[in-house]
Formats: sequence, structure tokens, C-alpha cells
Amino acid sequence: MKKLMTLLLMALMVTGLHAQTKSELPNITLKNLKGKDVNIAKLNNDGKPIVITFWATWCGPCIKEHNALNDVYADWQAETGVKIYSVSIDDSRSTAKVKPVVDGKGWDFEVLLDPNGDLKRAMNVSNPPHTFLIDGNGKIVYQHTGYFEGAEDDLYEEILKIAKKKK
Amino acid sequence: MRKHILVLLALALGFSFRASAQSFVEGGQVSGSFQTDAQYYMLDKGIGINDLNGKKFGINGFGKVNYTNGNFSAGIRFEAFMPELNGFRSELNGVGLANFFATYDNGFIGMTVGDIYDQFGSGLVFRTYEEWSLGMDNALRGARVVLRPTQGVTLKGVYGRQRFFWAPYLERDMGNDDYRGIVRGMDAEWDLNQSISSLNDSEFKMSLGGSFVSKKQADQSSFYNIPENVSAAAARINLGYGNFAFSTEYAYKINDPSAINNFIYKEGRALMSSLSYSQQGFGAVLQVKRTDNMSFKSMYTGKQNDLDINFIPPINYTHTHSLPSMYTYSTQPNGEMAAQLQVNYTIPRGTALGGKYGTKLAFNMSQVNDIVRDSVAFGNQMALNQAGTLGYTSKFFAVSDHRFFRDINFEVDKKISKDWHLTAQYINLYYDIETIEGHAGSPVVKANIGFMDVTYKINKRQSLRLELQGLWENEVHKGYEVEESEKKDYQKRGDWAFALLEYSVNPHWSFSIADKWNYGNPVEEYRDHYFTGTVTYIHDATRVMLSAGRQSEGVVCVGGVCRTVPASSGVSLTVSTSF
Repeated sequence: MKKLMTLLLMALMVTGLHAQTKSELPNITLKNLKGKDVNIAKLNNDGKPIVITFWATWCGPCIKEHNALNDVYADWQAETGVKIYSVSIDDSRSTAKVKPVVDGKGWDFEVLLDPNGDLKRAMNVSNPPHTFLIDGNGKIVYQHTGYFEGAEDDLYEEILKIAKKKK
Repeated sequence: MRKHILVLLALALGFSFRASAQSFVEGGQVSGSFQTDAQYYMLDKGIGINDLNGKKFGINGFGKVNYTNGNFSAGIRFEAFMPELNGFRSELNGVGLANFFATYDNGFIGMTVGDIYDQFGSGLVFRTYEEWSLGMDNALRGARVVLRPTQGVTLKGVYGRQRFFWAPYLERDMGNDDYRGIVRGMDAEWDLNQSISSLNDSEFKMSLGGSFVSKKQADQSSFYNIPENVSAAAARINLGYGNFAFSTEYAYKINDPSAINNFIYKEGRALMSSLSYSQQGFGAVLQVKRTDNMSFKSMYTGKQNDLDINFIPPINYTHTHSLPSMYTYSTQPNGEMAAQLQVNYTIPRGTALGGKYGTKLAFNMSQVNDIVRDSVAFGNQMALNQAGTLGYTSKFFAVSDHRFFRDINFEVDKKISKDWHLTAQYINLYYDIETIEGHAGSPVVKANIGFMDVTYKINKRQSLRLELQGLWENEVHKGYEVEESEKKDYQKRGDWAFALLEYSVNPHWSFSIADKWNYGNPVEEYRDHYFTGTVTYIHDATRVMLSAGRQSEGVVCVGGVCRTVPASSGVSLTVSTSF
């Protein structure tokens, strides 16, 4: 039995080696604040970069990150065409607060709701804030956890790298 | 020799599998995450840690790997608690494969076998989830089918048995106290806007849902007659028009005597509603909730959060700073009347009060009271909440004078200039510590709390952050008389001050020192300093955090992330990564 297990494990490893570790986006559907379904695997920004950032209404550093991103978002869009999706992992304690908070703070991102943590688990997010950068081919090229003042500048450098590659 | 044959066989098998399932493997992706939280505990007589009880180390760790390929995904999660960190349940002690699943979902049908996390509506009758920082996991091991027969309609069915630490998933684990029942549930949701094409882009939004959940448990009691099938049902509606949104859910559960409700044979009810209005720059939401005897577990002897099938959401504001989060409300499972109002407003840029960057204001008020319970006839006398009876009757809209909790807070968040940022909050708190934390006879915590969080950007790479906080109790001060025998109940009481200074260098480093001081405790020996130093290193999705010092119970946010920590003294290390 043990041998069989070893055998199977090794077989799996050989096949596994050929699986890619550069991740594409998972096939998970979330609702946006207008109640429309958005399939994450099919996110598309006409070949321009996409940022997905996980946050929650109760997460202080996330709010700081969002405020900072919102301040520069218009400039970033004009220069690179980047689109920011902000995924709220608020559960039923605070789902009802997400839209009033987003509107009240005046954020312009497209906000998606992940109350059951499906996308959070699929993208291996342990602690918010956690930010992903996706290139024009739908591949995750950069990710970062936590937020310090000014971290958005580093994200923007990464965005510029792939936005330039496009041209 | 045999080893070589084995290796060859494995390679052959691997490659042949590859050949036969080329497409399966080609597009496949592997991702995952790891986290280890370790702590070295030290004696610290100053804060009353005189004995480590033989526990010098605690380590909590997990590693998970996911495989996805188009419509197929699968994953496993290993966990190790060797032994568990202080403050986590001792039943977690152990190492093993805690979670696995395989899912196929093509949009029309989705099937999952293994450990399932899901929720119906707001979770009043069914919610399974995992929260690493709390050591909480009530995953349902079994099967789930999701059907989407037509646009806007979702039907779900789940069946299985819930995780209970490391207890084996057996039908009936004889000789053990584990009599977990089977949980089965169904949910239907109909989103009219997606379903009816003329409503697709309508300003008017509507969706309806309903769920039914039942548990089948064995009656192990020689004293009570425990129902072997307990069912619960819920109905919900979400409405929207323009900037308004309204949602409500009502749940009902048949009699379910349990250790939590003192074995009364009363039905359970819950109602939760929210109404919100928002537009760019302004948002307001009002939530109300009534729960009555709604604890629903797949083991009637379960205590605390054991084997919860449902989730009763607390609807108060979640504080994350050190002193404001010291008295955090936790849901009272046997009944609550709760309300919350939150308003967010941004004073626009370019106005006198808004300045160059705008000013963000937030107001929140939440209050939780008990429900009103009236005694019921039992034989020829009246009884209130007596085991084996119908328990009590309760008028639906009656609010008890017994207040559990109230929090009124106001926040200002302002970017003053390119380099300076200020957040300040004032909180007025009422916290019935006797009910919430079980300190019998302790006076209610009535406190004013203030904090201020100032960030200064030195240059593009470096910044400094200063946090100053204070908590002042209205009645329990330095001079408050405490009887010798009641001293224990006054740990952490009285006035507190807190200061934190953090220096961070983007994108990798953060250094911080903090002191939390219970200077106004009525008991002199509890007037302690909790001094901590922390270094955090972040590289992409990897985070390493080393901290040393004393930690009192609460939530700590450093290096951009928050987690809850129990009281201790020593050195702790957290390493996490995802790929």
C-alpha cells in the first residue's frame, strides 16, 4: 500500500512538473456593486494591465491603500490605461456596508464582493491588503502583501514595465 | 534494484498519464500559500506569568496547494499545531491533512467533493468558513452540487459532516464524546434582473432566495429526549432602486435543546435587515437585527464556536487599533436586539473644509440589548429558561433594558499635504463585561477612547507613523475600591495609554516600537507596561515579522496587516508567503 502511494505520488510529481506555476486568474464569478456577475477568469482590459486588490471595510491598512490608489488612479489610467478591481472580502457582518463605504469615501474602482471568500481562497490571500498585477494576457506578473505609505509608487513601476512591453 | 524499478515505473506512469491527458496538464496551474506563526514564551512575573505550564514554544502553521485547470480545480491544506499558540483551542494540537477538495464547474453545473466552504444568504441558517487567525474552521466534509439552469437562477445542495478539530469523520465515534450529526442543506436564489431581459439594465433591482437546512444527530442523552432531526429555514429578499438598497432575511428553527440554550425546547427565530443610501461622496446604512435562540450546531453538546452550522453576524463596528479593539463585542447566541447606523461622507476637494485633497468623515453608532423573556407554564407553576421546558416566550419587537453593548464613534481622515496624513477617532463605549466575558459582578466598562494616527512621508521611500491612543473609564479609576478577592476581575480595567512609532522603508522594511500602559488600573499590581518591538520584512507576497516583548490580549496591526494575539511575553515570528 505504501509503495503504491509512493508510486502514485511520484507519478503525480512528474505530471505536476509540467503544470505551470505562473498563474492565470481562477474561474470564479463574483457580483459587483450593481449586482452584475463578473467572471474573474474573463477579466479583460483590451490588453492593458489590470490590478486586483483585496480589502475589507474593517482593515485599516487596506483603507489607507485604497485612499492612496484613488488619489493617483485618474493619472495612472490616463498614462497606462490600467483598470483597478477592488475585491471586498467583507462577510455577512459587513457586506451591506461595502457600497456606502465605497461611495462615502469617493472611490472610483470597480468593486467586487467576495462574501464567501471564494476568490480569496483561490488566489491564496491570507491577510488583506493583498494586491495582484495582471498583464494584458491575463497572467499574474506581480503580487504584494501589506501596505506602507508610498507602496503605490512601487506598484506603478511594475505597471509601467508591462504597459511599456505592450508597445 | 526494486527502488530503481519503482522509479522507472513512476516515470513511465507519469509520462503516460501526461500523454493521455496532455491537455489536462498543459493548461494546469499550481498555486498555494504557507504561513507559520511561532512564539517562544518567557516567564514574566511583572504581568503575572509565573508559570509556563511546561509550554515554551507554540507553533501554528499551514501549507496549502491548489491546482486549477479550466473548469477543474482541486486543493489540499496541511496544518500543524505543535503545540498550538496560547489562546488557541488545545484540541487543535496535532499535525495532518486538514482539508482537501476537488471541484468541476462548467457554469451550468458545479460539483465539489471534499471540504466545503459556503453560505446561504447572510448565513443565518448555514455558513461554513475558516479563519486562520482565530483557529476557526467548520468546513463541511461531503459533497455539494450547484446548478444554474437558467440565467439568474442558482440552486445549491450540500451534504456532509463538519470539521471538529482533528476528530475522525466517522458515523458514530463510539466511546468518544464526538456525536456529530450530518448536515444537509438546499438553497435557491433568483435574481430577477439577470433572469428577465427587460429588467437587465433597470434601475429597479430584485432578488429572492430561500434555504432549508437540517441536521440529523444521535440522541445520546439519558436525561433529555433529544430530537434526532432538527431543521431550519430562511427566506430573503434584496431590493434596490437607484441609490437605495434594502435587504432582509428571516430565519426559523424548530426546537433544538442544546448545551448552549440550557436544553430548552423552544423554537429559534432571527431577522436581519439593512437599508442603505449612497451616492458619490456620501453613504449611509442602517442595520437592525433580532435573534432569539438561534444557536445551531451539528452536536448538541457543543460549546463556544464548536460545530456551528449557522453564523449570526455581529453588526457593530470592527475596530482595529489597539485600545479601541480591547473591548470587542461578541455575539450572544441566545438572543439579541441590535441596531447600527453608519454614515460616510467626503467633504469635496477644493472647499474650505475639504482642502486640497478632501476630508473623509465617518460616523458609526451601534447598540445591542437583550431580548425580553417571559416565563412559561411548567406543570402548575411558572418557569423561566428552565431545562426541559419550553424555556420562555418572547415578544418579537420588545427590547430589554439590559444593554450589552453600545459604541458611538466619529472619525476624521485627512491628507493634510503631500507628506502629512492624519486619522483621528473618538469612541464612546458601553461594554457589559459581566455578560460578554463572564466576569461575574464586574462593573460595566463605560469609557471614552481617542486615537490619532499621523503619517509623515520623509521621502519617496521612507515614512514615519505615530499612533497615540488613550482609553479613559468613567467609573473605574485609580482610586476605585476593589476587594482583595475580586482583584482578578480587574485585570486590564481602568485607564490606558498607548503609543507606537513605526519607521518604514518601501517596499521591504518596517521597524516599530510600541508601549501600552495600564496606568490607571485600580489595582496597583496591574499598572503594567506592555512594551513591544517589531521588525517586518516584505518581499512581494512574502512577509516575515519578528517581534519581542509583552503582548496583552487584543488586535495588533503593524506592518500593514492585522491579527489577534493573546496575552504573553516572549519572542514571536510570523512567516507567510503565497505563490
